[in-house]
Amino acid sequence: MNIIKKISNMPLYALAIILLIFTGLPYLIMINSSFKSQLEFMTSPWSFPDAFTFDNYSMVLSSNFIRYFGNSILVSVISVVIVIVISAMASYPLARMKFKLNRPLFILFMVGMMIPIHTTLIPIYLLTINMGLYDTIWGLIGPYVAFSIPISVVIFTQFLQDLPKELEESAKIDGCGHFRLFWKILFPLLTPAVATVAIYNFIHIWNEFIFALVLTNSQESATLPLGLREFYGEFSVNVPGIMAALTLGSLPLLLVYLVAQEKIVKGIAAGSVKG
Amino acid sequence: MLKNNVEYSSVSRTPTELALKRKLSPKLKDLLVIAGFIAPALLIYGIFVVYSIGMTFYYSLFNWSGINNSFEFIGIQNYLNLLKDGVFWEAFGNNSLLVASSLFTQLPLGLIMALLLFSPLKGMRFFRSIYFMPFLMSTVAIGILFTFMYDGNFGIVNQILKAVGLGSLQQGWLGNENTAIWAVIATICWQFAPFYMILFRAAIVGIPEELYEAAMIDGANAKQRFLKLTLPLLMPTIVTSSILSIIGSLKYFDLIYVMTGGGPNNSTELMATYMYEETFTNFNMGYGSSISFAMFLIALVITVIIVTSEQKRKGAN
Repeated sequence: MNIIKKISNMPLYALAIILLIFTGLPYLIMINSSFKSQLEFMTSPWSFPDAFTFDNYSMVLSSNFIRYFGNSILVSVISVVIVIVISAMASYPLARMKFKLNRPLFILFMVGMMIPIHTTLIPIYLLTINMGLYDTIWGLIGPYVAFSIPISVVIFTQFLQDLPKELEESAKIDGCGHFRLFWKILFPLLTPAVATVAIYNFIHIWNEFIFALVLTNSQESATLPLGLREFYGEFSVNVPGIMAALTLGSLPLLLVYLVAQEKIVKGIAAGSVKG
Repeated sequence: MLKNNVEYSSVSRTPTELALKRKLSPKLKDLLVIAGFIAPALLIYGIFVVYSIGMTFYYSLFNWSGINNSFEFIGIQNYLNLLKDGVFWEAFGNNSLLVASSLFTQLPLGLIMALLLFSPLKGMRFFRSIYFMPFLMSTVAIGILFTFMYDGNFGIVNQILKAVGLGSLQQGWLGNENTAIWAVIATICWQFAPFYMILFRAAIVGIPEELYEAAMIDGANAKQRFLKLTLPLLMPTIVTSSILSIIGSLKYFDLIYVMTGGGPNNSTELMATYMYEETFTNFNMGYGSSISFAMFLIALVITVIIVTSEQKRKGAN
């Protein structure tokens, strides 16, 4: 009986393994060739390395890579924190108070999810120059926050709507103002939504490319995606070196994913479906 | 909770706060609170999204390079030129191809992967971990990696073809006008199929186990269970995923920009890459604005169509 069951699962296993190769092979190739010397890569590009070399990694780490990495961390973390604070605040009246413009404002925020970033690119480019923020990582934070607001407001608003009404009723009786009510009572209850918003936006901002491309120019203010491209242009002959840079660049999200897999997967699913 | 409440009631209020309370009518005070809470988000969103869209439309009415001061009002001339611009229509065609290919490859593949995760195979946790990984790599990294994989000289794609006896098909995939767009589409599929897998998986988890048990008791086989139970219950997720993939395909940019830059000979040009080129390479900011505003209009029309048909569908149920 057991054997029959195993055999009937064979086609499923075959399919699962084909998909495993499909999704995993590019990663394997990237990591594999990053440990080769340039010479070995030229003679046999896709075999396993004869002698593991870490030269490519030390080459990458001695370049501007650390700087790109630091810029990306700074921009992503600051943007995500701002998004969480202001989106959660905006969601409070939208979810728990009655006023005329409630629905129109919510729709205004929600529409933002459909808007192509390119439609705002030229004015934001000019605005950034006028504000004196062109070619600084600070100029990226405004657009990153703005384009993360729609999804975050939707997630927070829906979450807040599901919390029991009694929370603020008892707080009001005790004379607790809106501000304290929100930060001391409601916000701590938002933790699951905060995790979703943080994960969803962090992944997108960490990998963002077009604003970084248009709003920065020098290597000093390049973020990681831009830096990788820079690297690619500069060392295009040194394939193993580039592969090492790509591996290092992908590492942070992969590590976080390995640690908090379930949370990330749930965050992505929740963030997308709400949208 | 009770403990918290006690705490709050004992907090003493400052004199100014008390004064404010006496002066303002409750209604006005509520309005101030609402405004205070919404203002920061609304301000940033207003400047970078709402204002910017308006300005894009404004700029699109001018003949303007963006680097000098000649700022000439030409009305809707940019849009008339756009309608006659062969490259724009080629880009629009490629965007449409992306929409179709994402609907008919990424979504089904994502669904198959999600269903596999619920099959009784051993090591599914491992499979799932690997399946999701493409979505985590940055698009720029994917673009660079796949450029090497498609390389005409040492690319793995050609090596595999040679190994399975299809050596005659070997070529530089991204350098050929006829193959470049398909090579890019395959890459996009690699990147996004895992994303839809996650959406479908979340939806399947939400289907109550009892429904399957009942179906089994009624003697439904696996195929019937899928067609009569799983698929209809997944319909809302399929609709959501379709919306995401249509909107995503319309504004697609990064991967094409890194892999082909729209070439060879515009064969992989998208509206977004064309807009970028016209604006920041050729310095036609007025014309670039009209392309980007056209993108906005197309996204708007499609959104309205989807939302209204969604509402009809919901009303029908």
